[in-house]
Amino acid sequence: MARYQPSGLPESNPTRAEGLLADLHLDLPLLTGLILLCGFGLLVLYSASGQDMAVIERQLIRLGIAFAVMVVVAQVPPATLRRWAPWLFAAGILMLIAVLVAGQVGKGAQRWLNLGLFRFQPSELVKLAVPMMIAWFLAEKSLPPRWSRLVIAGLMILVPVLLIARQPDLGTSLLVASAGIFVLFLAGLSWRFIGGMTVTAIPVSWVLWEWGMRDYQRNRVLTFLNPEWDPLGTGYHIIQSKIAIGSGGLYGKGWLNGTQSYLEFLPEGTTDFIFAVLSEEFGFIGILLLLALYLVIILRGLYIAAQAQDTFSRLLGGAVTMVFFVYLFVNTGMVSGILPVVGVPLPLVSYGGTSLVTIMAGFGILMSIHTHRKLLPT
Amino acid sequence: MYPTTLKDYLRESHLFRARAVSATLIILLLLLLLILHLAKLQITDHAHFTTLSRDNRVKVEPLPPTRGLIYDRNGVILAQNLPTHSLEITPERVKDLDRTLQELGRIIDISDNDRKRFARLKSHQRRFESIPIRVQLSDEEVARFAVNRHRFPGVDIQAKLLRDYPLKDVTAHILGYVGRINKRELQSIDTSSYSGTTHIGKNGIEKYYEAELHGKVGLQQVEINALGRVIRILESEPPAPGMDLHLTLDASLQRVAMEAFAEENGAAVAIDPRTGDILAMVSKPGFDPNLFVEGISSADYDALQNSDDMPLFNRAIRGQYPPGSTIKPFIGLGGLENGVITTSQKKYCPGYFQLPNLSHKYRDWKKAGHGPVDLDQAITQSCDVYFYDLAQQMGIDQLSEYLAPFGFGQKTGVDITGELGGLLPSREWKRATRNQSWYPGETLITGIGQGYFLTTPLQLASATATLASRGARVRPRIVRSIRRNGEPDPQEQPVSQQLQIARHSEANWDNIIEAMLQVTEGARGTARLIRNEQYRIAGKTGTAQVFTVKQEEKYEEEKLEKKMLDHALFIAFAPAEAPRIAVAVIVENGGHGGSVAAPIAKAIMDHQLLKERR
Repeated sequence: MARYQPSGLPESNPTRAEGLLADLHLDLPLLTGLILLCGFGLLVLYSASGQDMAVIERQLIRLGIAFAVMVVVAQVPPATLRRWAPWLFAAGILMLIAVLVAGQVGKGAQRWLNLGLFRFQPSELVKLAVPMMIAWFLAEKSLPPRWSRLVIAGLMILVPVLLIARQPDLGTSLLVASAGIFVLFLAGLSWRFIGGMTVTAIPVSWVLWEWGMRDYQRNRVLTFLNPEWDPLGTGYHIIQSKIAIGSGGLYGKGWLNGTQSYLEFLPEGTTDFIFAVLSEEFGFIGILLLLALYLVIILRGLYIAAQAQDTFSRLLGGAVTMVFFVYLFVNTGMVSGILPVVGVPLPLVSYGGTSLVTIMAGFGILMSIHTHRKLLPT
Repeated sequence: MYPTTLKDYLRESHLFRARAVSATLIILLLLLLLILHLAKLQITDHAHFTTLSRDNRVKVEPLPPTRGLIYDRNGVILAQNLPTHSLEITPERVKDLDRTLQELGRIIDISDNDRKRFARLKSHQRRFESIPIRVQLSDEEVARFAVNRHRFPGVDIQAKLLRDYPLKDVTAHILGYVGRINKRELQSIDTSSYSGTTHIGKNGIEKYYEAELHGKVGLQQVEINALGRVIRILESEPPAPGMDLHLTLDASLQRVAMEAFAEENGAAVAIDPRTGDILAMVSKPGFDPNLFVEGISSADYDALQNSDDMPLFNRAIRGQYPPGSTIKPFIGLGGLENGVITTSQKKYCPGYFQLPNLSHKYRDWKKAGHGPVDLDQAITQSCDVYFYDLAQQMGIDQLSEYLAPFGFGQKTGVDITGELGGLLPSREWKRATRNQSWYPGETLITGIGQGYFLTTPLQLASATATLASRGARVRPRIVRSIRRNGEPDPQEQPVSQQLQIARHSEANWDNIIEAMLQVTEGARGTARLIRNEQYRIAGKTGTAQVFTVKQEEKYEEEKLEKKMLDHALFIAFAPAEAPRIAVAVIVENGGHGGSVAAPIAKAIMDHQLLKERR
């Protein structure tokens, strides 16, 4: 496999101290964090599914596939990923267009592309293709980027985001946008620009509200602002999940003893709202444990990015880690009622979801970045 | 084009690390915010959410009591509760009602009538109450739905007890029936004691004894899920079932009485004169009360409501008919007791009667006249002229004063809902209600039980029983004993004697009863048809005019439509020497009492008195 080699640096092998893990290009701290998190997630899922072993088995199969994808991606050196970036991006955009033209409708949205053998969600590919593309583009010139390049990068983000929003899939378009924006941020986007964008966001969001949103999206925002607004409609979800969280208390009601999910008051208890089940059964202590596991993974991700040896790897690794945090924050924020209800799963814990593979592929990239380093003269 | 210098490399690395640190700080800040928010939910507001969570899952449900049973005097069950399964829909929990109904229709037969009843009930029930779409599901249907239940949120099988009247039309008017509680009834009942109860007595005994039959509601705390399905019971206070009623009615006698009418319409009441026990009380035609329990279809209801035979009308206590000649023994007794006539006095009957100085002829039913008749003959042959004369001698004041203690013109006070009081005409009554003075001619027709005079069959039977027991008037009753909750044996209801009519001379009473015996036994008695060797019947026939025959117009029965025929009446008690049963029979448009009504009374008395010999 052809490798890109940074000029002026001597070719050498990574340290072999970690034996098999190193051979497989895996990072032990990250892997440990991921396994612990998935284990905790299965425990919660068992309860949330009403102790359904079939659900656990299916989730185990998905996790197995996702970990396999991670291992495979970890074998691909960052330089190869960098070369692929524009092609993946172009393919992603084309498939998004194909979805809008000929995609399959599921749950009121057009997200799937039937490839004959299996169904495929192009937006998942785009979640990784966008940060790769932006990182590739910005790494071409020295950082921080100039205004003209920022505008081009901005357009590269905007096109897939709008395509996904048309499906409509608010949650994914948000994740894709944040992935691209994080690359810009890590590339040194000036703080003044960030401040300016925040100020412009207000009129833009008004325009979005008036012309850019579908009814159900508007409903979600409205209910978010006032959950009691329609207690039996969308707001019902938030109220019930807040009841689940709040009634959990400090220590929780105990594993398998959550009444809200057991009695089916919680909607989507195994998927988007699984955090509420966890909060009800394991209480505040359980939440702290969960967040600690996530924090370990995120900090390790950012550390790997900081240790990376080229700009592309750094930008991509950092963005992937920060998107992972966005998953976590948007989901927990939504379930606990400080963010609107957007369909974002609790990463690695929620049942099913094609996003599982994407997330693990992201961690594969991080592991690849860390394990393909060359010895540096420091 | 790639960054090539070490200086660039280090600068970018430095820039990135600064940004990574910023990112870490932002992430930590946001996590802290999230944790603070969760701490507020889980620690500060914990109690509040715990309450909400409890409210979510715990619901207090009423446990409706089992309605009391109704038995006849021999323990034959007349009203029972049959376990049945109905398919019920809670509209609030169903998203698309039309589609749900359509889907349900594929699994379980739902007729147009079911849909109509559902729509009707839905329009006046609250959305969170369940409404039956199908009743009396078969076991197979229950199983078929159970398998598909998950597909139908808001639809459930309800196991419940359905009121059932096994004798159907035979006891329909006495028992009445239960039906779904309507809006008007909701306002008059204590809703908390009826929570969970869907039915209430609408008529008859079911209504009169509603308080006893209903029982006391129980409560249970249940855990429910978000779909409202009960998961388990947490605590419960059982309901107290309603009291069982044991009637004075004899179901077999009731059936005999019903069948004795054959195709005729009318009413019959049989009372034990000693206790006031109503042994049989028939109103023909009857109807099937079971139709009303789960909501009668409008087609069925219209058929019952619009029928010329008025099957829903309880003739026995609400039908008001002129007593006709059956009033004669009472008036004859009044004449004797008040000293207006003696038994030996004879009056001449030329076939008509005229008031002094008036040309109007009050005709006798026998155009040729009875010739000279005494009181005995006047009763036996039912001579009208004799009683025109007696009534004129007594005057309306004395007449109504003597008849009132027998219960004419007032409700008997029987324990069945809906009784009417009849009408005993008097000078005061006419002034009060019509503001008219009394005319002497009206006294004459009152003397033969016509004119304003109206009685119900029950009143007539009660008056006959009073005559049979020589003036001891007992309130008729239909419930003999009540088995109160927790008691093993039913408790006898007291016999309530209302009054004792003054007896000036026993001989007067003997004389009237002897005359009534001659009605069935004498060679010219109007009811000699029912004479028999086993026991002696004291009776009196009667004919109540449906319309008045004009002067000089010939009365031709054959030409009249059946509807225009006179009502045939008969009163009797037996055995004459020690009466155990008093009967009043009225056959609507039956013609003559002796030939139509008397055999029905005979059938009833035979069944009751010859029981031992059967």
